[in-house]
Amino acid sequence: MGRYILKRLLQGVVVVIGVTVFVFVVTRLVGDPVKFMLPLSATEEERAARRSELGLDDPIPQQFGRFVGDIGRLDFGESTYVRGEHSLEVVLDFLPRTLQLVAFGMVIALIFSLPLGIFASRHPGSWVDRTLTTLSLVGLSMPQFFLGYILLIVFTVKLTWFEIGPGPWYTNLVLPAVCLALPAIGRLSMVVRSAMIDELNSQYAKVAKAKGLPQRRVVGVHALRNAGIPFVTLFGWEVIRALAGYTVVVETVFNWNGIGFLAVTAIKNNDFFLTQTIVIVVAVLVVIVSILIDISYKVIDPRVKLG
Amino acid sequence: MSTVHGTDEWTAQESDALAATEYEESITGRPYELQGAQRGLLGDLVHDKLGLASAIFLVVLATSALLAPWIAPYEPNDGNLSSALLSPVWHGGTWAHPIGTDWQGYDVFSRLLYGARTSLFIGIAVVAVAGTFGVMIGLIAGYKGGRTDRVLMGWVDVQVSFPGLLLAMLLIALVGGSVYTVTIILAINGWMVYGRMTRGIVLSVRERPFVEAAELVGCSSRRVILRHILPNLVSPLATLAVLEFARIILAEAALSFLGLGIQYPGVSWGLDIARAGEHELFGNQWLIVYPGVLLSLTVLSVNLLSSWLRVALDPQEREKRFAATATGGSNAAAAGV
Repeated sequence: MGRYILKRLLQGVVVVIGVTVFVFVVTRLVGDPVKFMLPLSATEEERAARRSELGLDDPIPQQFGRFVGDIGRLDFGESTYVRGEHSLEVVLDFLPRTLQLVAFGMVIALIFSLPLGIFASRHPGSWVDRTLTTLSLVGLSMPQFFLGYILLIVFTVKLTWFEIGPGPWYTNLVLPAVCLALPAIGRLSMVVRSAMIDELNSQYAKVAKAKGLPQRRVVGVHALRNAGIPFVTLFGWEVIRALAGYTVVVETVFNWNGIGFLAVTAIKNNDFFLTQTIVIVVAVLVVIVSILIDISYKVIDPRVKLG
Repeated sequence: MSTVHGTDEWTAQESDALAATEYEESITGRPYELQGAQRGLLGDLVHDKLGLASAIFLVVLATSALLAPWIAPYEPNDGNLSSALLSPVWHGGTWAHPIGTDWQGYDVFSRLLYGARTSLFIGIAVVAVAGTFGVMIGLIAGYKGGRTDRVLMGWVDVQVSFPGLLLAMLLIALVGGSVYTVTIILAINGWMVYGRMTRGIVLSVRERPFVEAAELVGCSSRRVILRHILPNLVSPLATLAVLEFARIILAEAALSFLGLGIQYPGVSWGLDIARAGEHELFGNQWLIVYPGVLLSLTVLSVNLLSSWLRVALDPQEREKRFAATATGGSNAAAAGV
């Protein structure tokens, strides 16, 4: 177990290094970071001055060495958008808001997808099952930002249940979290449904039923535990994708000031250092979550051999 | 979790499938397999009502997207404030602007047509580029094995863990957003899934006798890969490509929505939803709804079509579905209750 975690951590380090190198190559070779940082009206002299100030006219290997060294010392450069603040501090300021949103959204997804999926698998072809299947297909096909606008139009503009602008955190949190959770509920409940149908159909479930166990126990204890593995895989994917992508869109629709919103703002304001910091921090988060998922397999299914 | 075929895993679905097959053979006096071959792919589509409706919708959409410059009544960025926010025809508007105009006086119908053009073009182009590259990498990794396989799959693993959307945003900010840059960047972000799938199938196919036989008679590895292994990939890859097409359309819309994809003067549904969301959230919300609904319908149709394709291309799935309809919707049997 310990060796496995160590191996996964090493893999994670490789991923983070990969992302870092990618960011370096892309920003230094594909584009000109100074073009990204200064307004279009800047003169050639201003650009050259800025370039030498940042050491961007040094040879590429030397720049790369300094880039890696700086990141190793957790020095990500100063943000130009949030003036004078250290990029990493800005990101860490915004991060809790995103984690709060993802946590709340994923809890909603968990609470609804499991019972819905199990119910659908117990009564296939019932109206609940058919409604759920149809809705999840529609949910899968709807862009999340459009879903967000629909929620805003219906609940904020028409019904005025929620207010636009600052309010108590829990009312502001509800719509973005629901927007994050709904497509996930669709996908997750479908996985629970098909995994449960497979498990309930298997020999051991029939044996359990034949020897007279109550249906509740067959479903809740025997089948659910085995159906848990595909569910955990997909749930982990949902968390990762929420962190690395969905929150950007959801936070933009709802003006939720987490790191997704910060990323869009940083890019649009040509804040070069802040942008690359966000990318690297998100990569680290993704690695951590994926290691946690792998460990949770072992907890659910003792047969799983890690390594 | 797929059904194991063998005598000891005789599940309810399988016995249903057999009963249904025997039933149909007893009516028509012809083996079931032959009937499938006779119906063909398109014949099959007619029986799947949702699949058929999606196919028709997509054909109409693709045709109007292709012909947009000729059938759109206006240029997408052509309008003035004197004709702003006109109502659609069914709300007392005129046929001059069938779906009305937005707050800048742009014709909504024309913008929807040009938006379809962008979405479908990027979807097809990305699937073609990313698919070709991914399949190539997967074929090489799966067939060569050993160190080549480890290096290539290591690359795939690392890139899969990248925060794709953020990197795409960063890249587009650096190189500028146009149909071509968005296509290339989405392809860079999306080839890995083809690589993984191709490698998996190649690994299972390459141990089969016909591949060994081809190698024994001295076929070059190029010939073994292209003539003997590749045909086995066609049906799973077709299904994957269709699903990816839907995903790419959504990704393009999301990037354009964030202002980091297609930009003015380009036209995109995602961009239009963002514009309308900024200006008309408290005004004419229909301007958010039109492009949103069209985008959702397109993706929904592609998803429905892909589920039809999956069934149509896989004989085992066909039997399962047929069993379900022939025994009177016996999903109940499938669940074992």
